[in-house]
Amino acid sequence: MPDRYHIHTVPTPPRFRRIGKFGNVDWREDCSRCTNCVKLRCLYDVYRHEAAYNRDPLAPLETSDECKACLSCVQGCTKGLLSVSVNPEFLDLGDEYWKPDILLTTWNQSDAGKIPVSGAGYRGRFHGPGFDSIWTDMSEIVRPTRDGIHGREYISTSVDIGPKPLRLRFTPDGAMLTEPSRLLEIQLPAILDIPAWQVEGAGGELAKARAAAARELKTLAVMPAAEATPDPFVVPLVGADDIARSHEILKAVRMAQVEDCPEVAELAGQVLAVNPQVILSVRMPLGPAAAGRILELARAGIRVFHLCTDLHGRERLENGRPGRHIKDALREVHGRLVKEGIRDEVTLIVSGGIALAEHMAKAIICGADLVAVDTALLVALGCRVCRHARGTGASCNPCPAEIGSASTEYATQRIVNLMGAWHSQLIEVLGAMGIREVRRLRGEVGRAMFLEDIAREAFGDLCRVSRDRVNA
Amino acid sequence: MTTTSDWPQETVVREVRPAPDRYRNALGKYRIDRSAACASCGRCVEVCSYGVHVKPAGYAFTLRPQDHLCVGPECAATAESCVAQCPQHALTMRRNPSAECMGDPRWSSDLILANWRQAATGHAAPPHLESRQGASGGGFDSMRFKFEVPGLEEPVAAPTAAEIDTSLDLNHRNDGRPQAHIDIPVYGGGMSFGSVSIHTILAKARAAVAWNSFTCTGEGGYPDRLRPYDDHVITQVATGLFGVREDTIQRVRIVEFKYAQGAKPGLGGHLLGDKNTPAVARMREAVAGNALFSPFPFHSVYSVEDHKKHLDWIKEVNPTCLVSVKVSTPTDVDMVAVGSYYAGAHIIHLDGSYGGTGAAPDIAKKNIAMPIEFAIPKVHKFLVAEGIREKITLIASGGIRTAFDVLKAIALGADGVVIGTAELVALGCVRCASCESGRGCPRGIASTDPELIQQMSVEWATQRLINMQNAWREQMVEVLARLGMSSIRELRGRSDVLCYLSEEPAAEVA
Repeated sequence: MPDRYHIHTVPTPPRFRRIGKFGNVDWREDCSRCTNCVKLRCLYDVYRHEAAYNRDPLAPLETSDECKACLSCVQGCTKGLLSVSVNPEFLDLGDEYWKPDILLTTWNQSDAGKIPVSGAGYRGRFHGPGFDSIWTDMSEIVRPTRDGIHGREYISTSVDIGPKPLRLRFTPDGAMLTEPSRLLEIQLPAILDIPAWQVEGAGGELAKARAAAARELKTLAVMPAAEATPDPFVVPLVGADDIARSHEILKAVRMAQVEDCPEVAELAGQVLAVNPQVILSVRMPLGPAAAGRILELARAGIRVFHLCTDLHGRERLENGRPGRHIKDALREVHGRLVKEGIRDEVTLIVSGGIALAEHMAKAIICGADLVAVDTALLVALGCRVCRHARGTGASCNPCPAEIGSASTEYATQRIVNLMGAWHSQLIEVLGAMGIREVRRLRGEVGRAMFLEDIAREAFGDLCRVSRDRVNA
Repeated sequence: MTTTSDWPQETVVREVRPAPDRYRNALGKYRIDRSAACASCGRCVEVCSYGVHVKPAGYAFTLRPQDHLCVGPECAATAESCVAQCPQHALTMRRNPSAECMGDPRWSSDLILANWRQAATGHAAPPHLESRQGASGGGFDSMRFKFEVPGLEEPVAAPTAAEIDTSLDLNHRNDGRPQAHIDIPVYGGGMSFGSVSIHTILAKARAAVAWNSFTCTGEGGYPDRLRPYDDHVITQVATGLFGVREDTIQRVRIVEFKYAQGAKPGLGGHLLGDKNTPAVARMREAVAGNALFSPFPFHSVYSVEDHKKHLDWIKEVNPTCLVSVKVSTPTDVDMVAVGSYYAGAHIIHLDGSYGGTGAAPDIAKKNIAMPIEFAIPKVHKFLVAEGIREKITLIASGGIRTAFDVLKAIALGADGVVIGTAELVALGCVRCASCESGRGCPRGIASTDPELIQQMSVEWATQRLINMQNAWREQMVEVLARLGMSSIRELRGRSDVLCYLSEEPAAEVA
């Protein structure tokens, strides 16, 4: 048996103090200096660490989100002087999709490379738009596959990119007519994509880090031809002008990407002329016309499609407005390709809005073969998805997290850690579902529960009343 | 009641007694600040009818405001409030920022504070605290009894409170095994020795004795200190089989098979190494300091036939016990329930995916399996269709936070519920979610640290749970009276008394 796929995570502390969630903001007068809060009440030594930092900003870095708001100090203070409050700066992080809690868990996963585990039950809203209206299924007793993630059974997360012929064709005398298939197997159903916006001063280093992380993760890193290197783990995104000067790179890589355009078949031909073995993928926006375009291009021989959505996982419509979420748009594309009988011949990669490990699993359930991760990789390096970033394509200048000054080694390890944590979480979900390999999860809506369906089944017979009537 | 225990059983009096917050500074929704301008004239003491301002006889100064009793803007807006009446303008009222740090959409800060008031007083929380539902925007939080919606339903002639029965039988199989009767449609969920402190375990057991209900050991073994409450203990046989022995099965009236837990369906129990202290390790027959991960699933059960064999084994070991089967909520949970009935279970216990846990991967808590609100009607309807609904007890858990959640779960089709987090909140949990590692719970509830657990006495904790249950029972009786029902059993499956809040006004169908 070959070596098991394993991601080598190494704890990598953040470079800067972070914006914590809770903080002591109010210390009323009349403190009796009993020091109970510091010595007795605080289990996490938050006060001592804060004091050390206040004396010396270069003191060894302690993340400033240590306060868990257990309120022991507040409730135990001899004189009732203390208050803790939610840090407004924390609440201001990110946006309505990249919520502060998503940023925080991504940072923690990039620090430690571990699956986030916590006590108490689920704390969020009952359901939400997009991926938050899908629950994955689990098996009760009848689908034995594993002995915990710590057990013996191997759950495979590898996926294939490339044309998969549905049947082999032979001549009457038994010689194979079908060309041997050229499949590119990667070990993680996620490739590392080009960030959705430019980060100040972070071009080359970030691309190098992505390439190095892809090598470690046994996956691929997409990058503009200008930043690409002749590396089998790199996927250059080439335009008409790049092909001529990218021969060396194209010969070295296993997959290349071109933007969808009217001349895309011609471009594909030019790339394949340089390297006939390369797997060619077409990058296009996910939208109402995507299924039709995929069918058209598939007839022209293109087999791999990278469908891009916006920062929030929504379609990009012609008029520039956001459309449906991946959950709905991708299911439609997948269903159409199944109906046309070519789903197994093409590979779909979806990107944009993949913020958490669960989104990877859910996008695959909705019909992707694999996902491409973009913004989450910047978050791994400390990005706060701040206002600079929210305008699409705008340059972050200056970047408050100083991503541009991160070293390649640091950035690589943080990306590896994040993907390592995602990988473990994917295995948890697959294990719970009783699925042994992620290839089988693709389009497997039977292993998921959609809000619309289960709400109708459970509450369909309840009388419905407008929420306004109870002022809730 | 038939006892199977060979140990002298203790009784606990069911009596409501005040059990105020165990911290020096009780936490309230509002905060009153008194500035240095205060002249200690005592005017605030005169005007406040809620007991916020206190100036004991002989004291020169007014005490620090007991602002956890303050009812907030409702009072502050009136001319009679302390803020308005203070001649020195020394008082100000505002939301308490510390209270806003607690909670989350599912367990809002209000729900926690209301639960604390119920546990402190034994009666309903004051109206300025929302005690019925959270703010999660779905499930129970989007359901109301029709009578709660103005203009939707006319009131019914109400039976008096004394006539209303909240008790439940747990054995509906008529299989010759003894009946287990509980006085409230609620019992305590499994929390293992290791995940919570021994004080928490004992308080839960003692409150179960007081209310003639049950508590559950969880999968961490059966501590000897629980023996005096054997008659009210459910012992769990979970996939890790920690501390399961023939004699622990023989001493109880109900044995529970834990196939899965709602918070981590399909994953098996987690006890991180830090909490596996020598005492815990001894009980679990494991090595101290090692993380203990229970396997999933039972490796001896791969079919309904295996499942029956499993139940037969327990029934053979203890010929008088009832058997409960705790499962999580996959798509085919209805089939699982029917399978369990035919395998011989008395109780099918559904644990929904938003349930509590001492430690679980975040991805599992949110995403795997369905919330209990969906599973109850699905299973109830299927059992009815199969013609076996009257022969099995359906218990729901995983996100039952309030008395109203209990009632809604029963109206959707459950016979009764199991609670866990609500009890921990009554003991002072703020849901900071730090139960899993290090020394565990900073408030000493879900900790095995010998120093931290001393923050809470068993007596106080018992009283808090007895009180909370009393407050809940009062609320249940009030609702049943409002619905014109004389027993909680009449409410089962009566989803017609509920309505679902819709976001679009146009969708309304009365």
